[in-house]
Amino acid sequence: MARSASATNKHPNKPRPTIPGFGLTLGYTMLYLSLIVLIPLSSVFIRGFGPGLGHFWDVVTGARVLASLRLSFGAALIAAAANAFFGLIVAWVLTRYEFPFKRIIDAMVDLPFALPTAVAGIALTTLYAPHGWLGGTLLSLGIKVAYTPLGIVVALLFIGLPFVVRTLQPALEELDWEVEQAAATLGANAWQTFARVILPALWPPLLTGFALAFARGVGEYGSVIFIAGNRPMKSEIAPLLIITKLEQYDYAGATAIAVAMLVISFLLMLAINALQGWALARHGGR
Amino acid sequence: MSSRLGRLLLIALALVFLAMFLVLPLIIVFVEALSKGFGAYLAAVSDPLALAAVQLTLLVAAITVPLNMIFGIAAAWAIAKFDFRGKSALITLIDLPFAVSPVIAGLIFILVFGGNGWFGGWLQAHGVHVVFAVPGIVLATIFVTFPFVARELIPVMQAQGKDDEETALSLGADGWQTFWRVTLPNIRWGLLYGVLLCNARAMGEFGAVSVVSGHVRGLTNTMPLHVEILYNEYNVAAAFSVASLLALLALLTLAAKSLLESRAPELRRRAHQSRDLARRERV
Repeated sequence: MARSASATNKHPNKPRPTIPGFGLTLGYTMLYLSLIVLIPLSSVFIRGFGPGLGHFWDVVTGARVLASLRLSFGAALIAAAANAFFGLIVAWVLTRYEFPFKRIIDAMVDLPFALPTAVAGIALTTLYAPHGWLGGTLLSLGIKVAYTPLGIVVALLFIGLPFVVRTLQPALEELDWEVEQAAATLGANAWQTFARVILPALWPPLLTGFALAFARGVGEYGSVIFIAGNRPMKSEIAPLLIITKLEQYDYAGATAIAVAMLVISFLLMLAINALQGWALARHGGR
Repeated sequence: MSSRLGRLLLIALALVFLAMFLVLPLIIVFVEALSKGFGAYLAAVSDPLALAAVQLTLLVAAITVPLNMIFGIAAAWAIAKFDFRGKSALITLIDLPFAVSPVIAGLIFILVFGGNGWFGGWLQAHGVHVVFAVPGIVLATIFVTFPFVARELIPVMQAQGKDDEETALSLGADGWQTFWRVTLPNIRWGLLYGVLLCNARAMGEFGAVSVVSGHVRGLTNTMPLHVEILYNEYNVAAAFSVASLLALLALLTLAAKSLLESRAPELRRRAHQSRDLARRERV
C-alpha cells in the first residue's frame, strides 16, 4: 500500500494503467456467493419463520430442543475455555522452548483441520470407551467419558485446539522480550511478569481463538455423535436433533432449531466481538 | 532453577495434553485398522462398496476444489486490486460458511432442492435428482469448503499490491496475460495452500454430506459415510481400515502444508492476520 502511494507521488504526470477485470471478478464473486451461500442460507430463515412466529417459538421452547441447545452451546463453551487454557500452554511451549521432535509436534497441531471429523469421532470413542486405552484408566478413577456429555467436551477439545494455538503463536512470537526483561529487572517474578505484562497483550488473540473454537464447536457433528451416546435430554446435541426431525419429515421443526442455533451463535459472536474491541482498546493491540 | 523446573513442567503438560487428544487418537486408527491382520485390512479397503465410496469421494473433490479455486481467485482479485464500498462486509460474507453448522449446510439444500423445497416440484417434474443424490453431496461440500481458497489468497494478493500488474500492463500486456504470467506465479504458494486445505475438508466432510446423501451404499456413500455405516454395524476393524485411508490423506496434507510453510513462511501468519484484520475493521 505504502509502495503504490509513493509511486503515485513520484510520477504525478504519468497516468497509472487501470487494472482490468473489476466487473468480471466482483460480478462472479457476487453471483457465486449468492447461488452457493446467500440464497440457500436465506431459505432457513424464510422457511423457519414461514409457519409463523408462534410455531417457531413452540418448537424452540420444547423441552427436548431446549436441552439440546443448552448442551451444544454449553459443551462448546466449556471446551473453548479449556482449549484457551491448554492452547495457551501449547502455543507458549512451542514458541518459547526447544525440545526434541518440536517441528513434528508443531505440525501435528493442525491434525484436527486435516483429519475428517468422522475418523476423529470413532478414534476418540474407541480411545475413551470404558474398555479403551484411556477410558479404562479414567473409569477406574470414577470418570466416565464416552457416551456422556463429558465425551462431547473431549471431541470439541480435539476439534477446537488448533484455532487457539494458531491464533496465539504469531502473537507470542511478536511479544516484546524487552518489556519482560524490564519487568524482571524491576523485581517482578515470573508469574507477575506473565500475569501483568504478557497476559494483557495476549487477551485479544486469546479471545479470537476462543471465539473461533467456540463457533466451530457449537455446530460440530461428525466428531461428536459417535462419542456422545445421543440420549434425548441428556447427551443429544442440537445438530443431531435437526437430523432426527428431518428423518421424521418434520422440516419445519428442523428448520426452527437451525434458526435458533444461527441466531444464538450470531448474538454470542457480537458479544465476543464487543469484548474483543474492549480488550483491544484497553491494551492498544499492536 | 525454579524457572527450569517450570519450563519442564509446562513442556510435560503440553505434551501430555497433545498425546491424549491428538497423537493417541491418530495412532489408534492404525492399530484398530490392523487389529485383524493385514489380510483383513486389504479385504476391507478393496471391498467393492469401499471402492465405490473412494470413487465418489474423489469425484466430489474433483468438482468442488476447482470451482472453489476459481471463485477464490476471482474474489481475491476483486478485493485485493480494487477499492469499493462494502469490501469488509464482503470478506465477512465469504467467511460465513465457517460459522454455519455442517448439518445446517446440508439442511439448506434440502429446503431449496428437496421434495417440498423451493425447486423440488420443478425438479421432480423434470426427473432431476439433487437431494439424496450426487449433486446434493457436491453442493453441500462446495458450501462447507467455500471460504478456504479465497481466505488464503486475499491476504497474499493484498500484501503483493498491484505494482507488478501495473508494470506489466504499461508494458503492453493485456489483462489475461498479466494474470497468467505475473499474478499467478506470484500467488502460486498461497493458492496451493488454499487448495490443499480445501481438498482435505472436501474429502473428509461428514455432517453436511450426511444430511443430503440418502446413504445409498455404492451410490451416494462417500468415504466418511462408509466409515460410519461400518462402525454402526460393529464392523469396527473394517471401519478403521477405511478410516486409515482418510488418516493417511490427513498426514499427507499436513506434510505438504509444512513443506509449503517452510517455502513461504508468511503463509501461516497471513491467514490469521487477515482474520484479525477483518475483525478489527468490523470493530
